[in-house]
Amino acid sequence: MNNKLERILPNVQKPARYVGGEYGQTVKDKASVDLRVAFCFPDTYEIGMSNLGMRILYAVMNQMDGVWCERVFAPWADMEEAMIQNDIPLYALESGDPISDFDMIAFTIGYEMSYTNVLNMLRLGNIPLHASERKGLSQMVFAGGACMYNPEPLADFVDFFCIGEGEEMTPEILNLYRKAKREGWTKDAFLCEVCKIEGVYVPSLYEHIYGDQGELLEIRVKEGAPKQIRKRIIQNLDTALYPTEGIVPNLEIVHDRSNLEVMRGCIRGCRFCQAGFTYRPVRPRSPKLLQKQAVEALEFSGCHEITLSSLSTSDYYALEELAGGMLDYCTPRKISLSLPSLRADNFSRELMLKLQQVKKSGLTFAPEAGTQRLRDAINKNVTEEEILHTCAIAFSGGWNSVKLYFMLGLPTETDEDVLGIADLVYKIYQTWRENASNKKRGVRIHVATAFFVPKPFTPFQWEKQITPEEYLRRTKLLKANMPAKFVEYKYHEADLSRLEAVLARGDRRLGAVLEEAVNRGCRLDAWDEYFNYSAWCEAFDCCKIDPDHYTVRGFEEGELLPWQTISDGVSTAFLSRERKKAYASETTADCRSQCAGCGANCLLEGGKCNA
Amino acid sequence: MRRMRFQKTGKAVWMSHLDTMRLMQRAFRRAGVLLHHSQGYTPHAYVSLPIPLSVGMESLCEILEYELDAELTITPEQINKVLPEGILVTDVYESDVKTKHLCLMDAELLLFYDQGIPEGCVEMIEALLSREELLIEKRTKRGPEEADIRPLLKSYRLERSGEQLRIFCTVCAQNPSLNPMLLIQAIERYAASCKPDHCRCRRLEIYDENGKVFR
Repeated sequence: MNNKLERILPNVQKPARYVGGEYGQTVKDKASVDLRVAFCFPDTYEIGMSNLGMRILYAVMNQMDGVWCERVFAPWADMEEAMIQNDIPLYALESGDPISDFDMIAFTIGYEMSYTNVLNMLRLGNIPLHASERKGLSQMVFAGGACMYNPEPLADFVDFFCIGEGEEMTPEILNLYRKAKREGWTKDAFLCEVCKIEGVYVPSLYEHIYGDQGELLEIRVKEGAPKQIRKRIIQNLDTALYPTEGIVPNLEIVHDRSNLEVMRGCIRGCRFCQAGFTYRPVRPRSPKLLQKQAVEALEFSGCHEITLSSLSTSDYYALEELAGGMLDYCTPRKISLSLPSLRADNFSRELMLKLQQVKKSGLTFAPEAGTQRLRDAINKNVTEEEILHTCAIAFSGGWNSVKLYFMLGLPTETDEDVLGIADLVYKIYQTWRENASNKKRGVRIHVATAFFVPKPFTPFQWEKQITPEEYLRRTKLLKANMPAKFVEYKYHEADLSRLEAVLARGDRRLGAVLEEAVNRGCRLDAWDEYFNYSAWCEAFDCCKIDPDHYTVRGFEEGELLPWQTISDGVSTAFLSRERKKAYASETTADCRSQCAGCGANCLLEGGKCNA
Repeated sequence: MRRMRFQKTGKAVWMSHLDTMRLMQRAFRRAGVLLHHSQGYTPHAYVSLPIPLSVGMESLCEILEYELDAELTITPEQINKVLPEGILVTDVYESDVKTKHLCLMDAELLLFYDQGIPEGCVEMIEALLSREELLIEKRTKRGPEEADIRPLLKSYRLERSGEQLRIFCTVCAQNPSLNPMLLIQAIERYAASCKPDHCRCRRLEIYDENGKVFR
């Protein structure tokens, strides 16, 4: 091991996250590969190693002969300081080589508040920040991930973006790069060619023109570049690579268990949920394949827990069959099966009791809004009756703690809706009193409210975000009316959600702000201990950009949107229709009951959804 | 009592005690051998590492205790195939010697001096190790406290090895134990000029009260 590293590791927290060497990692001979990719996750090891997308693409890239993909994570602040002091540039875990030695530097980005980590990691790797400063073919920076549908705030720093699912697009890109490297192309020649791969967005080929008020006037498309970039999807998940032989971390990570992806997409269409639209259309894996993958993943990793993940696992068409088969395998082996994102409506008593066989996990609901009117407006089609009914079953089955997630600041929200949350919580308490199998143990109801952030590609993409002051007033109102004795109420940081809203619908002008923020020491913003709002405010002031432009102003439906070059397959007309229905508190049926005509079926060969 | 003897070297030294236990639990599953699980609300597999190893320390003599249902067995080959780099099982056996008999431990400290070994360093360290009392500061629940570690140091030997200085020592392994790295703290306190720029530590062997290798 590197001598310098050996000396600093004893003094940092959790040094195991900085050395690699885990079971299942891919190590190749440097001399026998012609393309090295540093695959960066802009947050800590524990978060990044829990990310399914990263695990899939790590396997996809390393499956290619001649390509070696290695992992890079953001160091925690203590390690960062030690690295800077000891002149250790950011390095990849498998080889320990600095990322500046790599041909390509890839990022997977799932959260707006990790943008500063992207810049900070480039800086720690001694990579020039601006795409225009990197002249050669090497150190090619590209990015994809769940929040790259509006990548504009990062347009100055990233050479190209991958829009949509990466299993097929990534090898196409890598092979083109190898050709370019072999034939000695210029960087410009490569970018002009890579933009022809479907789903690739090269921001430097699009000029954004702004007016005096910071309004986006025009997007000029350079010659040869596509007018619109449509996201890539995998047609058939059953034939896509799934990494059942993935890395088993040497330290505890956030999701420390095996993971099965049962489907992509969600049939529900909750109007605030970006993933609910950008992951369309719904594509399930077959239960037989999943069962096989589960056994493979569990046998390879040795985990004693496995999750069936998706945006809404209870909507998986063959859940009963799959869960039944899984339990037959898991129970005698003392493996616990967890199903996140279960809905209250079809959460059957039988399934709940079955899941308890190995380990009893928590009960969590996300009603999102306190009144039926507002739940209808956001199309969160769950009723109070369903929630109370499920709680009654759970309480009589021995559960004595419930977590509830809500949002404040949703479009059309009034104080009545806010107070509706307290009402619902009280009704849940009463349900516990009436149904608890053991009242002596008491009940804990954990309530958390998030500050609504309007996201691109949702029916609320034009909406105003309420001011942080108004959000805080609503949290106070709720707190004052919440039955205090058995409830633990927490609410999200207002300032963080305001910035998230700015970056989510941000344009290219924010590149300068990001850079200023990083210059002022901003990074690890998603972590309370390092979030520095005043530094962010200074960065906005310094660049003469008003965050309100992206938040309380709202966007006009006719306005040119920064993300207009990109399409996720869902039509803007559909989003607009959904917005009007929200104002009328009208719900839209789920995709399985009735097609709402969102347009995402155009991404499928044959044009027909299999919801 | 089923035991496994293993080495922890290289990258694996940065794994914590708890992470090492979790790693071994998973390794059994990977090897296709189900550990005996406790009954109850959250069943857990029984494994234990009787003498916790500090993060950053190497060891050639770690002991893992575990329970399997009677009919099951595991071999070093079986488990080594599914262990990450740096963890190597050298022996699997049954023993009826209780871990309370694990009393002494041989360890090796490798002291690195970037500017070369200071003049008179060997003598100074020898002098301080031969003192009757070696006080170091220990963090306790009541705040920092002085503790005398000299009674826990049973024997020692210094050796120059090129640019490094090697200290072989035999220390108490339990009740109380002495972390050999504390000797560096003692050097810092009593002979500051001999403080190394870096130190590596490795457990070499464990013994019972009669000086017999503990198994």
